[in-house]
Amino acid sequence: MSAGFHIVVCGSLVPDPLQTLEPIRGPQGPGLKNEMMLPAILDPWAGHALFEAANLAASGGKVWLLSMGPKAKLQQVMMSVAQKAPFELVVLDGPAGGFTDAHFTARALAEAIEGIAGLDRSRLLLFGGWQSASRGAGSTLQMVGERLGVLDQFQGVDEIRVQDDGAFVVKERVEGGGYLVSRCAGPPAVLGWATGNLPEPPNNPQLGMANMRLIMPALQRAEPVPAEPGGLSFASVELPKARRETRLVKDLPPAEVAADILAWIKS
Amino acid sequence: MSASPGSRDQEMERQSMDADIVCVGFGPATAGFLTTLCRGLAEAGAAAESAVMPGMPPQVLCYERAEDIGFGVSGVVTRARGIRASFPDLDLSRIPMAAEVGSEKVVYLLDPVGASRRSPALRLIERLIPRGRKDHAFELPWIPSFLRKEPGLVLSLGQFCQWVGGQVMASGLAQIWPGVPVAGPLFADGRVSGVRLADQGVDRQGRPEAGHMPGMDLRAALTVVGDGPVGPVGRAIDERLGLPAGHHRREWAVGMKMVVDLPEDCPLEPGAVLHTLGYPEPEIFGFLYVYPENTASLGIFVPSWFDNPARTAYRYLQHWMLHPYLWRYLKGGRLRSWGAKSLQESGRAGEPFLVGDGYARIGEGSGSTNVLTGSGVDEAWTTGVQLAEAVLELMAEKRPFSAENLERTYVARRRASWVEAGARRAAKARDGFQRGVLSGLVGMALAGLSGGALNWPGRSRRPHERIPSLEDYCRGLIPAEDLAALRRECAAKGAALHDAVMDRLGWPEIPFDGRLLVSHQDALLLGGKVQAPAGYADHVVFKDPSVCAACGTRTCVEACSGQAITPGPEGGAPLFDREKCVHCGACLWNCSQADPDDPEASNIEFRAGAGGLHSAEN
Repeated sequence: MSAGFHIVVCGSLVPDPLQTLEPIRGPQGPGLKNEMMLPAILDPWAGHALFEAANLAASGGKVWLLSMGPKAKLQQVMMSVAQKAPFELVVLDGPAGGFTDAHFTARALAEAIEGIAGLDRSRLLLFGGWQSASRGAGSTLQMVGERLGVLDQFQGVDEIRVQDDGAFVVKERVEGGGYLVSRCAGPPAVLGWATGNLPEPPNNPQLGMANMRLIMPALQRAEPVPAEPGGLSFASVELPKARRETRLVKDLPPAEVAADILAWIKS
Repeated sequence: MSASPGSRDQEMERQSMDADIVCVGFGPATAGFLTTLCRGLAEAGAAAESAVMPGMPPQVLCYERAEDIGFGVSGVVTRARGIRASFPDLDLSRIPMAAEVGSEKVVYLLDPVGASRRSPALRLIERLIPRGRKDHAFELPWIPSFLRKEPGLVLSLGQFCQWVGGQVMASGLAQIWPGVPVAGPLFADGRVSGVRLADQGVDRQGRPEAGHMPGMDLRAALTVVGDGPVGPVGRAIDERLGLPAGHHRREWAVGMKMVVDLPEDCPLEPGAVLHTLGYPEPEIFGFLYVYPENTASLGIFVPSWFDNPARTAYRYLQHWMLHPYLWRYLKGGRLRSWGAKSLQESGRAGEPFLVGDGYARIGEGSGSTNVLTGSGVDEAWTTGVQLAEAVLELMAEKRPFSAENLERTYVARRRASWVEAGARRAAKARDGFQRGVLSGLVGMALAGLSGGALNWPGRSRRPHERIPSLEDYCRGLIPAEDLAALRRECAAKGAALHDAVMDRLGWPEIPFDGRLLVSHQDALLLGGKVQAPAGYADHVVFKDPSVCAACGTRTCVEACSGQAITPGPEGGAPLFDREKCVHCGACLWNCSQADPDDPEASNIEFRAGAGGLHSAEN
């Protein structure tokens, strides 16, 4: 009984994780070397949330994808995303890197949600990534929910099952590989998704065309987000420390992989 | 309708959609087409109306196989005559990795390791070069005007295409859809009526499985074919219509390139351009273009007339980089991106039927590359511009996209342009290479200096007619019994022969440094970031496995740019690993076996496929 859900998925672009990322410090603060040259994708965590939202809304309801990022890059990324799931895009023309203040981002996103025409807040499910590929904190979605006064929040979600009475059961990842299963009486709620259970949908050109009729106007009317206030500074920036030197070897037999891991553990 | 690609009984209904114009491939030709078309449509305003969606602007769609715009293209030096005409106020600071050509050198590289195969005539000529040079190279004191690119631009074509694509999309008048391979053209009533997209949710053989979604049919009044030299749409049209009398597509090259962070103390300035010849083999040409911020694009071209059946571009690329003349610039550098691409080198001789009812060909696949000047991007761009001007003219006249109308507007523009004039001058410029490197170089000089009036003749042969056996190639260098032993060793390991053969021929081991000199697989993964989305069929298909089983040459394995083709475990057809394929298409012309039904074709089929290179820095 998902006919009534109004699902807003918060998700923006991140540099394609296949690329080599190198933090640098520029005049505007920390960033990534050649960031504008790097191909971008929809944050994979948000991507899972979008696919789950589309699946949930397939039998009714509506999905908005709320993205804050440089407009030109968003336009490019949307050409791939638009083929995956039906949604209406809401664009905030602003920064998308991993070095923005989560409070600033959350405020901008919350204000944008409040401005979505036709959105019924009593039927709101706020989806997003539990984490982000461009930051590890995973706190933005929680703050958006708090700003909107949504008290039921779930993080690390892998599954939502809607009951006949409109309630839903949520499976959240917890320590030790287990799940916390909760029953929520109904919307509004915040769901920060882990990977979910759905595969990435195939590219559907017809769906892309349908989405694009709303995406291009949304991009064209996107308002620039006011500049981020000062106050946040980064003491240092570095890539996560590799716990082990990674080797890239294709087609290594499983036995050799296992032996390699064992040798590493023993060392 | 004759729907050859992927036609079979489908459980799921195949979707179809109508558009006004559908474009295949987003390279420089389609970029030029859409840039010009969108500007024209914007100027026309409401006067330009869609036939399939009345009241709306014309519906213009472009489908690109790669996962994003600009993946799988290359670094380039170009005179940019056509590009500058489209962007008279071009501000290079807005395009990453772009610079004006600042200096240009042609360098003859001597062989510092003694393993290169040089003819006696070439060795004789090399004796005239002053000895004792530490860098084993000779800078030509003069560059003929037909080879010069000054004043011109060095560009990352990936970044340039992204820049152009962003503007096209922002106009709202065309949509560019990446990650959507086009399986082939649709024919109806003797005309091209659109394209069919590749099926998804299929296994490696193309059989439906979970998530099956038959590729959609896009019907359009005009299909713009800009899918390059190995694109499935252009080749399917060629197979159906043939080529004009006397035309052929027998000359190819694979360009293998890297983008490199140069060492901090590298003295090369942005805009510096180096062209090399002579090493690692006389048949292999090299290039190095310097971008801003101490970055360079560099690589080699390995042509189809290099009669080495074990021609591995990757190993040769590393030896080329290690040449003392180049290594002094590159030592300490770091690999950023890597890739490969097939180049159609037949020039005007490879020109297909440019137009027909419902379709037009632009870019490299339309034979626009100037094989004398070694210039293709600017020509491709300009053919796209010319087609867009023709389309706008026909739209204004409310005339259909018939062969006759396209001939009168597009082909006439092309024939009257500098692209055609250059192509005619270049038409026979490379014929001499059919006989050897020296005759080829002399032939190019003759054609270039005489405006195409003179050339060194040479009969064109199909690639599979040229490829000798490895035994013949190595005769006098490796005893037959040693070669047989190498074959056995490599077969036991399931490995290609080229490294073992090159080692045996005296090529030194590559001193991997983990930064710039990396293994082929590391280049694939770290540089090319190659990947293949699930749910698509194999796009490299061995037509007749029994022909492969009887093939003793297996140039497809040796030349594969991504090591995606490997020897079959039981001596049958080679194996193909879609996850390693960079979609260069070199296997198509690096097959030593003819198709029994078509002597111009080989035993390898190169179909539409998804994935490949995943970097826009090339």
